[in-house]
Amino acid sequence: MAQKNYDVVVIGAGVVGSVVARFLSRYKLDILVIEKEADVCMGASAANTAIVHAGYDPVPGSLKAVMNVAGNAMWDTLAGELNFPFERRGDYVVAIGEEELPALDVLWERGVKNGVPGMLMLSGAEVRRREPNINPEVSGALWASTGGICDPFAVVVAAAENAVMNGVTLMLDTAFEDFVMEGTRIVGVKTNRGTFGCRWLINSAGLYSDIVMHKVGIRPEFKITPRKGEYYVFDRAEITINQVLFPVPSPVSKGILVTTTVHGNTIIGPNAQEIEDKEDRSVTQAGLDEVWDGAQKLVPKLDLRHVIAVFAGLRPGGNAPCETPGVDYGKDYIIEIPDKVQGFVNLGGIESPGLTSAPAIAKRVIDLLQDAGEKLEEKADWDPIRTARPRFRDMAPEEQKILIRNDPRYGRIVCRCEYVTEGEIVAEIDAPIPARTYDAIKRRTWLGTGRCQGGFDTPRVVEILARELGVSMLDVTKKGSAATMLARRTKDVEG
Amino acid sequence: MAEETTKIICITCPMGCTLEVTHDGDTITKVDGEECKRGKEYAQAELTDPRRMVTSTAKVKGGLHPLVPVYTAAPIPKPLIFELLATLRKVELQAPVKEGQVVLENALDTGIDILASRNMPAA
Amino acid sequence: MPKDIYDVVVIGSGPAGLAAAIEARKTGAEDVLIIERDKELGGILLQCIHNGFGVEILKEDLTGPTYAQRYIDEIEQLGVELLLDAFVLDLSPSRHIYAISQWSGFAELDARAVVLSMGARERTRAQIRLRGTRPAGVYTAGTAQRFTNVEGYLPGKRFVILGSGDIGMIMARRLTFEGAKVERVLEIMPFLTGLTRNYVQCLLDFDIPLQLRHTVKRILGNQRVEAVEAVQVDEKWQPIKGTEEVIPCDTLLLSVGLIPENEVSKKASVVLDPVTGGPFVDEGMQTNVPGIFAAGNVVHIYDLVDWVTEAGIVAGRAAAKFAIAERKRAARQVQLKAGENVRYVVPHVMDKEALAEEDQKLRMRVVNPIEQKVWVQVMDGEDLVARKGQRYARPGEMVTVKIPQNAYDAVQKADALTVNVVPR
Repeated sequence: MAQKNYDVVVIGAGVVGSVVARFLSRYKLDILVIEKEADVCMGASAANTAIVHAGYDPVPGSLKAVMNVAGNAMWDTLAGELNFPFERRGDYVVAIGEEELPALDVLWERGVKNGVPGMLMLSGAEVRRREPNINPEVSGALWASTGGICDPFAVVVAAAENAVMNGVTLMLDTAFEDFVMEGTRIVGVKTNRGTFGCRWLINSAGLYSDIVMHKVGIRPEFKITPRKGEYYVFDRAEITINQVLFPVPSPVSKGILVTTTVHGNTIIGPNAQEIEDKEDRSVTQAGLDEVWDGAQKLVPKLDLRHVIAVFAGLRPGGNAPCETPGVDYGKDYIIEIPDKVQGFVNLGGIESPGLTSAPAIAKRVIDLLQDAGEKLEEKADWDPIRTARPRFRDMAPEEQKILIRNDPRYGRIVCRCEYVTEGEIVAEIDAPIPARTYDAIKRRTWLGTGRCQGGFDTPRVVEILARELGVSMLDVTKKGSAATMLARRTKDVEG
Repeated sequence: MAEETTKIICITCPMGCTLEVTHDGDTITKVDGEECKRGKEYAQAELTDPRRMVTSTAKVKGGLHPLVPVYTAAPIPKPLIFELLATLRKVELQAPVKEGQVVLENALDTGIDILASRNMPAA
Repeated sequence: MPKDIYDVVVIGSGPAGLAAAIEARKTGAEDVLIIERDKELGGILLQCIHNGFGVEILKEDLTGPTYAQRYIDEIEQLGVELLLDAFVLDLSPSRHIYAISQWSGFAELDARAVVLSMGARERTRAQIRLRGTRPAGVYTAGTAQRFTNVEGYLPGKRFVILGSGDIGMIMARRLTFEGAKVERVLEIMPFLTGLTRNYVQCLLDFDIPLQLRHTVKRILGNQRVEAVEAVQVDEKWQPIKGTEEVIPCDTLLLSVGLIPENEVSKKASVVLDPVTGGPFVDEGMQTNVPGIFAAGNVVHIYDLVDWVTEAGIVAGRAAAKFAIAERKRAARQVQLKAGENVRYVVPHVMDKEALAEEDQKLRMRVVNPIEQKVWVQVMDGEDLVARKGQRYARPGEMVTVKIPQNAYDAVQKADALTVNVVPR
């Protein structure tokens, strides 16, 4: 028995699931998003280079190329409506030494074929002028003015919040288990928290998208092979590279970048290592060494002493062949409504540039649904605008004064490296998608990401979370039920 | 009883001298390696009646914090440390607490009081 | 709400800040303000509940909180002002301070002298580039100490501690006292990095194994720490293959060193020594920025709190002397203000003693033309100090008036002099 019936159930609240849900929230549909983790954006969308790619990299003719370029063009509107940090700084593919120059021509050709606007070839001297820290051996660069950077977590939170504001139901800690079928038609979904009826099911399960589609008998040969990428983050007080610098790409990846976050931290990475375990986000000596060597090739003056964090992310790499005739490419996106079953929108292998592509994928999903005969009727009261909450750190003293006067909790700094106040933490807990874990607060406010890496704020945040959520400090977790932060009260020795 | 040599690290001061104590049972015949006379006294005590200062915490109701730090007014016999800690866990004070206030009188009949290390004002 | 200006503002109230504030008052600073980020004074001393403090300078063996209490009591007696639960957003080289708290709101104030005593922060897992996953249960020793001793929560039940510094060893004993199991203390160096007596009374006494030349190769567990993989290292700190050992535990504590906390110092253009990570200082603990002093772990990392207190005393005394000199200099100054029909006067201020040397010329421009005979008057309130007659006054022609040496006595009484240009 289904607990409730929906028109659409979306599996996974990464960037694809959240942006699809937000686009669909425009229509008169009952939508449920289920997410197995304790927060949105816990998989591939969370740990990546945070780059909105221009689109000169994917193989021309591939769905990846089409989605990348179309998606890129949608970001100004998306950022404007959802109010997340996004900057079109442009990006560089940097050739080191004369022997790498021909690779730039290949990318240029691809960019032209893919329809990437605003590209320019730069001389080595021009690149040195623009980025004085660059390896002096630089021989030239491809400059793509439409490249951008964002805070991917802010993007997903903003999209999911706007969806929720427009009536979408989000269930966290809710894992897909199986489909409910009537013949070859999907009529519902079984989860660890009950069964829900639906007319449409959207597979945006990221690293797990292969498992979801196999359950319903679609594409048994499709396999997600997680590709691990490791990163270093630098103290922004010590070094700032303000550009997005790619090396010339290798056959398996876009290579190890030196780039910057919207928060001003220089980051380097990722390497690309294929693994089996879909949850293995451990950093390794070998991986970090590879990242270090790769980044030094672009910016030799990087200093390991200024590293404040290391992390690893997994890209959900697939093996779907490109369906465009004459294009020989075996790692394309899947965006389809298959014929074999009814009520299934199948998205798979959405790896980089998946973040960039997300709005274009959402639009494609809407087109597919309409092609399948779904009458999508617009809501009269759909509100595309999601406003951002105050960020104390980014305000002028006069604005800070007013903020504190109106709510004294903004006068209490909880994270002294990143200047995050109690007011901001409470606002995130009270938000349309409440932040309920330490990491949820951290990724929304950027607290605990600075030099002391949470050493100072942790006891205070645990206390605030417990107070605001009305739970014991013992129940506060880092990132979900099994990740408790404290073991017991000091004096409660068992046995 | 035969003479034997035991190595003891003196903890009287941060120097941390390694003492080579030659003794026959509890009777010390020779101490080597000490930098001051306190070493010899320490060695004697460590052989016959080793004691330690114990610092811990005790629960407080209605205080600024839920615990108040406490300490033994004098070093207590080493074998009693864990029994003392278990006893302390049962203590619950009421705020405000004053520095030096007796938290546990004559702990475990040692004649030694447990005292509060600081003021703990009411919340 | 804090006042607009203080003789001495002390940032941070650990042992250095407490001593500096007390000594500044005793040296004659009239108003001293402590800005403290926590809800109470004492800094990290409050969570260091073990004894061993004060042996050098108080000739007593005190616990951290008791040691702090002594100074806090004195602070109260001396009438030092406090801004608690507060945070310094900015400090300029001219000692202008922006501070916020939920109690006082956004405060702006000036200090004749500042003592930086923000202490240190702990090195983190990234700074030692720990490998493996990022689960819950990795804490710095100081954070675990605060949870255990102050907040009343134990961060885990089975611990591995990386680093044989004093905080690490003391936490090993502390956690053992509260019924937790400390599986191992690992130290990458071939020697103990903390005090020997802490090794004896914190580790040896409770049979907690210490492994020198060992480090954590990686952390295991996705949600909560499940184990750490320890490994032996060679002379170059490189892991030796085949020596790996997986130690099951739910918490890894890091006691891998302290770094002086100088973010506020940097805002004030204080120059730091790359070796210590703290400010360059002179014998009075004054930094390169005049009037900004520093003391304690903010300057370099100490191993004895007693010496931190001594540094605080030196800095507090020097800061108070600086402030008193500033005050005297300010008291000798008279403001020169534009009065009726005067747009501005240069100079803006004058040292009253300057008249002992020679006459002082004031130059100005008028606002409106006056085409008749005028007086250029220098007034102390209603009293005339000096004046000069002119046939007219026009904005295009700079006006000059002299304060003669014989006005010396009249000027000494004044706080401000006003210059008017008015019809005769």
